[in-house]
Amino acid sequence: MSPPVPLLEMRGIRKHFGTVKANDNIDLRLYPGDILGLLGENGAGKTTLMNVLFGVYHPDGGKIFIDGKQVHIGNSSDALALGVGMVHQHFHVVPRHTVLENLMVGQKGNFGRLPKAAIRKRMDDIGQRYDLSLDPDVRVEDLTIGQQQRLEIIKALIFGARILILDEPTATLTPHETDGLFAALRAMAAKQMGVIFITHKLNEIRAITNRVVIMRLGKVITSLKNDARTSRKRLAELMCGQPIHPPERPVKTVSDASPVRLSLKNICTTGRARTHLKDINLDVYGGEIVGIAGVSGNGQKELADVIAGVLKPSSGQIYINKQLLKQISPGIVQALGVGRIPEDRTGTGLITTLPLSDSMVLPRISEKKFNRSGFLKQGAIRQFVTRLIEQYGIKADGPDIRTGTLSGGNLQKALLARELAWDPQVLLAAQPTRGLDVSAAQFVHQKFMDLRQRDRALVIISENLEELFEISDRIAVMYEGRIMDILPVEEATVSRIGLLMAGVREDAA
Amino acid sequence: MSEILAQIFQIGFFTALIRIATPLIFGTLGELFAERSGVLNLGIEGIMMLAAMTGFSTTYFTGNLWLGVLTAIATGMIAGLLMGLLTVSLGLSQHVSGIGTTLLCSGLSFFFYRLIFKQSSSIPKIVAFKTVPLPLLSKIPVIGPIFFNQFALVYIAIAIVPISAYILYHTPWGLNLRTVGENPLAADSAGVNVHRVRYQALLISGALMGLAGAFLSMAQFNAYTFGVISGRGWVCIALIVFGQWSPWKSAAGAILFAFIDALQLRLQASSLINLPYQIFLMMPFVLTIIGMAIVSRNARAPAALLQPFRKEER
Repeated sequence: MSPPVPLLEMRGIRKHFGTVKANDNIDLRLYPGDILGLLGENGAGKTTLMNVLFGVYHPDGGKIFIDGKQVHIGNSSDALALGVGMVHQHFHVVPRHTVLENLMVGQKGNFGRLPKAAIRKRMDDIGQRYDLSLDPDVRVEDLTIGQQQRLEIIKALIFGARILILDEPTATLTPHETDGLFAALRAMAAKQMGVIFITHKLNEIRAITNRVVIMRLGKVITSLKNDARTSRKRLAELMCGQPIHPPERPVKTVSDASPVRLSLKNICTTGRARTHLKDINLDVYGGEIVGIAGVSGNGQKELADVIAGVLKPSSGQIYINKQLLKQISPGIVQALGVGRIPEDRTGTGLITTLPLSDSMVLPRISEKKFNRSGFLKQGAIRQFVTRLIEQYGIKADGPDIRTGTLSGGNLQKALLARELAWDPQVLLAAQPTRGLDVSAAQFVHQKFMDLRQRDRALVIISENLEELFEISDRIAVMYEGRIMDILPVEEATVSRIGLLMAGVREDAA
Repeated sequence: MSEILAQIFQIGFFTALIRIATPLIFGTLGELFAERSGVLNLGIEGIMMLAAMTGFSTTYFTGNLWLGVLTAIATGMIAGLLMGLLTVSLGLSQHVSGIGTTLLCSGLSFFFYRLIFKQSSSIPKIVAFKTVPLPLLSKIPVIGPIFFNQFALVYIAIAIVPISAYILYHTPWGLNLRTVGENPLAADSAGVNVHRVRYQALLISGALMGLAGAFLSMAQFNAYTFGVISGRGWVCIALIVFGQWSPWKSAAGAILFAFIDALQLRLQASSLINLPYQIFLMMPFVLTIIGMAIVSRNARAPAALLQPFRKEER
């Protein structure tokens, strides 16, 4: 028997941006029925490679074969015509249009009538075949994130995709939605389609793929079968190129004797935000990390804003170190010892267009240390920031470099350094390791553990459940502006948390 | 009071209203196509001015009105290409490109008008469009004379509203256009050529603005003057916001504006209210601002308006 013809073969793909080799001689094969994991850290070149395949980027060299025939993919419509579909990490949908309208974009014909009936029929077919159904007449802005992703998959299938690329598809899904996605992908593989699954989550690689290609710094490191021998640890070490030591979480028991550092009582919010907080009660003790889980948009941002003093609650009380806040402002909260690492590092965190030194002292600019009757003490500022750069190993050429030139991991280190320099009583961090590579994430987690050892209180908001399980002492789950429940990490399981994230309480279920 | 009303609201008033509305409808729909594709065409004022001049001049020398209209359309389309070069291909700031285009086009129209007609003692004139009563329809009482005893260009303007709505909402090209204006990445990943669609939109946009200019210098008036557009292009920009980027609502906005404009003309002419005429001239603009403030607070512009689309960027 001759070996089967690969559905897709990429040979010697090269692509560089400036001096960075994003793809350096990449070879990749996908067979019918494959679910291929493409594993690598940020900047490994996974997305670049897939964008080459989807016609978004033009490679500097290399060949692409589909069904054994060499093809040229000049743009997305070439890719679609060849049966390549892609679900991007940030969905390419129009929120204001209906599902049906989103599915009809780019269909043939210009001034004929829209092919509404035909597309509805295709939707029915796909719904039955892969268990992927959606109401065609709903506006996309009213869909959940999981449903929007389903729309993207249906769109690819309507274009006749036989090769489906998914870029970090589970980043914003609940565990339950992830299960649904995996079931659909397995159904597609069973029909001899090929799926390429980009991720840096190791447990997903183990759960869904049959082969893994591991990339690092623009190169393919290895390609292996997903079997019993591919342990998480081995995958992680191949991905990072160095041994991994997860941070240790020394056992600590938080007793009632531990001081309550932060206490929210019956907090409600109103206003323009999409989600309003409803009756939030949360005590965070010194020496513990409380993780906040939930699908994005269920009030986590509002909770962070309330704790940081940016959003004034419409009712309820906030205590910091048992002191009731009578007035609320970011300055007051900060002065009482609340540090904040915001989700949006370059929007609310640092200022990309300013020198790093300015970015790092801005929240404390009125401290005597940095200014004398309204004039900045440049020398003191530079000294302070230079010391932090050294202490935290921030890769930056001195304090005068423009903040925006730092990489994501170094931006996060700078933020961390800025907040920790004032030894906060309470540290609030949102998505602290999003987009960071494994070693940078480890560094961040280690700093959290150090704070915890020193009896500080930490509130960590994350959509990455693995992270929360690793570092939290208790996990609170938010759903539609409420805290559904708070579980000690020993009692929490992915399925319990997943149900709570979907708004289902166990005693009710 | 009823005497005043009776004196104002005669059939002639509504006939005039439709004529005032016509260039606004052309301009508004032209702007609408550009904005729904994500490009703010602030060249509108200058494009209308230049097209009014080229259309008029062509007719002046050839005596052919429709040749003049075609020239005006072509002029608008060339200006649309210029907008495309600046905002689509080069991805420059749409505000600056649009204002630049307006300054360039109005400058060109003054320059060439002087060059062609020198400083003649009498204003050059053409035989302008005459009204074309439609058979049967124009005999209907009240409605007939208002709608069906008009210039040919008026009929075209009235027809273009439903045609535009149909194209935008019921054809694949219209859906692609709206998608390009909302999320060009979504259009691109569905195989739609974003730049091509934006160029097409700007060509249509320029053609309709050209028609607006032609109507003013060749139907409403029979001469070209430097004040022939006098801010009507800018009004169209406001009418789009007022009409929440819908062809029907924007056209309704144009008619409302025309109503107020026609009304103030009548009030100026009648000796019933004794106020300086500048107050009346101001009325439509003041009411536009008030109307915008009320209606458009919840209006949502196309999400990708003002955003250039560049590929291969990271």
